[in-house]
Amino acid sequence: MIRILTVLAACFLMAMPVLAVQPDEILNDPVLEERARDLSKDLRCVVCQNENIDSSHAGMARDLRILVRERLVAGDSDEEVLDFVVARYGDYVLFNPPFKPSTYALWIGPFAVMALGLLGVVLMLTRRPKKIDAKALALSEEEESAVAAMLAEDGKEGPKG
Amino acid sequence: MKRALFALPVVLVLILGGFFLWGLNPDRDPNAIPSVLIDAQAPEFALDGIPGLDTPGLAKADLSGADNPLVVNVFASWCVPCRAEHAVLTRMAREENIHLLGINYKDKPEDAVRWLDELGNPYERIGADLTGRVGIEWGISGVPETFVIDANGIVVYRFVGPILSAEDVRDMQEAIALARSRSGAGGTS
Repeated sequence: MIRILTVLAACFLMAMPVLAVQPDEILNDPVLEERARDLSKDLRCVVCQNENIDSSHAGMARDLRILVRERLVAGDSDEEVLDFVVARYGDYVLFNPPFKPSTYALWIGPFAVMALGLLGVVLMLTRRPKKIDAKALALSEEEESAVAAMLAEDGKEGPKG
Repeated sequence: MKRALFALPVVLVLILGGFFLWGLNPDRDPNAIPSVLIDAQAPEFALDGIPGLDTPGLAKADLSGADNPLVVNVFASWCVPCRAEHAVLTRMAREENIHLLGINYKDKPEDAVRWLDELGNPYERIGADLTGRVGIEWGISGVPETFVIDANGIVVYRFVGPILSAEDVRDMQEAIALARSRSGAGGTS
């Protein structure tokens, strides 16, 4: 029984997300550590660029994590920490880049494309020809009587041959 | 209004086509991180030399007032591309009339000394960045990286990765020429 439980526990442990943050990096102050974790999630690892530094195992990411914690311990606000890193690596390191002329396309682009698509759909729907009343297409009463008259005449002559 | 709408698909195709053309351009490196240092002063830093090596250390103060452009190369003995690049840098230092300076990034001093003994030491100054903190000041994403700096201490160009091919060397030469022309215009204050 104990063996089964051990194996199960091992399985659960293996299923846990692998943390990049190493024990020696973690700050004693849980509040500061929490802030550091939050900030790390918004900072791009410059080596493996689609990962944030909180989950990246690159040495560079570790250096930046330690740097973030040092700045926090030194009394920096969250903003000051981000500014510090941006001053060295540019807006590129932020997963949540600021809204400014060089990022307009990034922020507005998707909405512009969606708006164009919606415009297209609206135009398509409004410009589709309206359903025409069936009565307007069918024979009118006049036509029907004309047809009846023609048929009656036809009958009088009788079948040919 | 109706006429404008007819032009819309053409405009869309042009915009998207331009975007794809830009994106598929083989010369574009999507992983390139633009350096914030270009056209700015090199960062403040001061590094001691590598212990056990005669070459002096490197600090911000060493980066201005030089007669010729400076090339700052970030390297490490554990970095294989750096070893490949070393021969090219050595030749460039000899032929191009530049000051080649080094930042030894996160290296064990004894490894660095052995490496330079083996391959030769083309650097006028080398700062030992044991913690990698100065590397962050320079905004590097790995080694090797190379910066070209004009006589006023302003960063003109950043090269990411090893300088190996003739094309790489030409890029560097262009940057060095640019640094030289700017130094001439700005004086050596």
